[in-house]
Amino acid sequence: MAVLHLTAKSLWNRRGTALLTIAAITISVALLLGVQKMRGAARESFANTVSGVDLIVGARSGPLNLLLYSVFRVGDATANVSWASYQKIAHHPDVAWTIPISLGDSHRGFRVMGTTLDYFRHYHFAGDHSLAFAAGGPFSDLYDAVLGADVAQTLGYKLGDQIIIAHGIGNVSFAQHKDKPFRVAGILRKTGTPVDRTVHVSLEAITAIHIDWQSGMQAPAGARVSAEEARHRDLTPDSVTAFLVGMNSRVMTFTMQRAINEYREEPLLAIIPGVALTQLWELVGIADRALMLVAAFVVLAGLLGMLTAILTSLNERRREMAILRSVGAGPRHVFSLLVTEAGVLGILGVLSGVLLTYVLLAVGQPVLEKRYGIYMRFGGISAMDALILGSIIVAALVMGLVPAWRAYRNALSDGLTPRV
Amino acid sequence: MSLSPAIDLAQVEFAWRGAPPLLAVDRLIVERGERIFLRGPSGSGKSTLLGLIGGVLAPRTGAVRLLGTDIAALTASARDRFRGEHLGFIFQMFNLIPYLTVLENVLLPAEFSRPRRARIASGALRDEALRLLGALGLATDDLVERQVTQLSIGQQQRVAAARALLGRPGIVVADEPTSALDADTRTGFLELLMNECRALGAALLFVSHDTALGTLFDRQLSMDQLNGLARVH
Repeated sequence: MAVLHLTAKSLWNRRGTALLTIAAITISVALLLGVQKMRGAARESFANTVSGVDLIVGARSGPLNLLLYSVFRVGDATANVSWASYQKIAHHPDVAWTIPISLGDSHRGFRVMGTTLDYFRHYHFAGDHSLAFAAGGPFSDLYDAVLGADVAQTLGYKLGDQIIIAHGIGNVSFAQHKDKPFRVAGILRKTGTPVDRTVHVSLEAITAIHIDWQSGMQAPAGARVSAEEARHRDLTPDSVTAFLVGMNSRVMTFTMQRAINEYREEPLLAIIPGVALTQLWELVGIADRALMLVAAFVVLAGLLGMLTAILTSLNERRREMAILRSVGAGPRHVFSLLVTEAGVLGILGVLSGVLLTYVLLAVGQPVLEKRYGIYMRFGGISAMDALILGSIIVAALVMGLVPAWRAYRNALSDGLTPRV
Repeated sequence: MSLSPAIDLAQVEFAWRGAPPLLAVDRLIVERGERIFLRGPSGSGKSTLLGLIGGVLAPRTGAVRLLGTDIAALTASARDRFRGEHLGFIFQMFNLIPYLTVLENVLLPAEFSRPRRARIASGALRDEALRLLGALGLATDDLVERQVTQLSIGQQQRVAAARALLGRPGIVVADEPTSALDADTRTGFLELLMNECRALGAALLFVSHDTALGTLFDRQLSMDQLNGLARVH
């Protein structure tokens, strides 16, 4: 008790230095905990991108590639899946539903995705959340579009606005489907997934806008098909980019996956989203482990600052130690006085670091959510967080052993008459 | 037990490991309540002697009996406890912990020694500290909550004396406590210290090179007489 009381008084007496030391630890702890929280949030948001889908099917390429373009709207498909193969699998008795996806166009930097009404019925994210409309509803006309929340917000679109789709992807595109403008029929609620950054139209619309296009070029003026004329053509697509599959019974997933991968008529690839997501996360995880490592070193730097501060104070405190010894303190009291000091600084640093993290989270959460669609769940301190914070305190105590040992040696050699 | 002297050193010799002996004392006896003046210039082995009596040093040979206990035979931590329980120290200067108030400085021995705390009627710890401060001429109310750095040296030495006396230690060791004081305060301080030691029945070992003070004590010794090794040189 005496030791703790003295430590508190002594630190209070040196509160300027002590506060700086604590501030260094605070900032480093907040950084580490922040990175840890971001990691958790990023991983969660990643895993939440798609759910309830048993298989993703596309032309044969790599599993990660398929996952990236079908779910994350990153990269491109190398080939498409023929309409016949799609129909065959979609009508298989074990298949409950499918969501076809047709990609390749964009609108002012946002990807355009052709799909069916089943998308709004069966697509799930973050567990069992289904898509909901903030305004309007699914497409009812051929030239209707449904916007993701970010698209509508960034570009300031309202229901009924006209939009022009550009051919190909990329921020600036010279080839535009100007002759077949779309009407905004619905705006989706925010999901925190790539859906927010997607413009949805019907599969038929994708066919319609490309009806007079050949090898990436629109036909010359005389051979063009107007928007109205297109309505009367057969708009059944030749192919889709990929499709999502829901099975009647989960048990059949692997059988179906094997069947699709061994499909003779066309080279197809079926992946299980959970497995592919895990693979992808392992890849992305390298960066986040590196970040974690950097943060850990910052904490180490903070603790070294503390060590320096305590070591520096030792010499001017030799007299103080001799006085304590004269009233009955042993070298072990002197030892524990300094370890306690390191511990108190460490604990205060960790506590204020946690506080700072939560303050920053409270301030930063709306921004993160708005800009990047990352939901930072506040949560409490997880077991992992507690382990990390505990280790920091233990590390502080271990570092405290260094000045403590020196003070212990001094106390033994000085006795009651310090040589200062 | 009752008649054993406050300090009894017999055939004590001290040397650092692997070094020649620094101090050799055939016999030094200080009776309980006795006030001894010990004259010793620096380098005479005085610090070593006080280290032995304080229990921060252990003799190579011989017995250091304090109040009937041979502390040379105790473990280092038992000697620390013994010092906390039975001894009070006053040094030349910088006696006080700078970050504690006057009162907290006086109460410091009670933080480290339960028996010393127990010798004061329970709950009366603060009263005893105030009484000692009062007896040593420190106006209590105003001063006690002050940081010690605001005190004059004379006041600081009196606070140190109050701390040394808190909880009735059997032995008070004062190592040149007056050498930083001017002549007027010196005599006043000494009288107060001796009165309190007498009142509490504590033996006083007063080390100084100021021989003019010697006559106020029961007995005078010099390190030259005491340290067999000093005599040789």
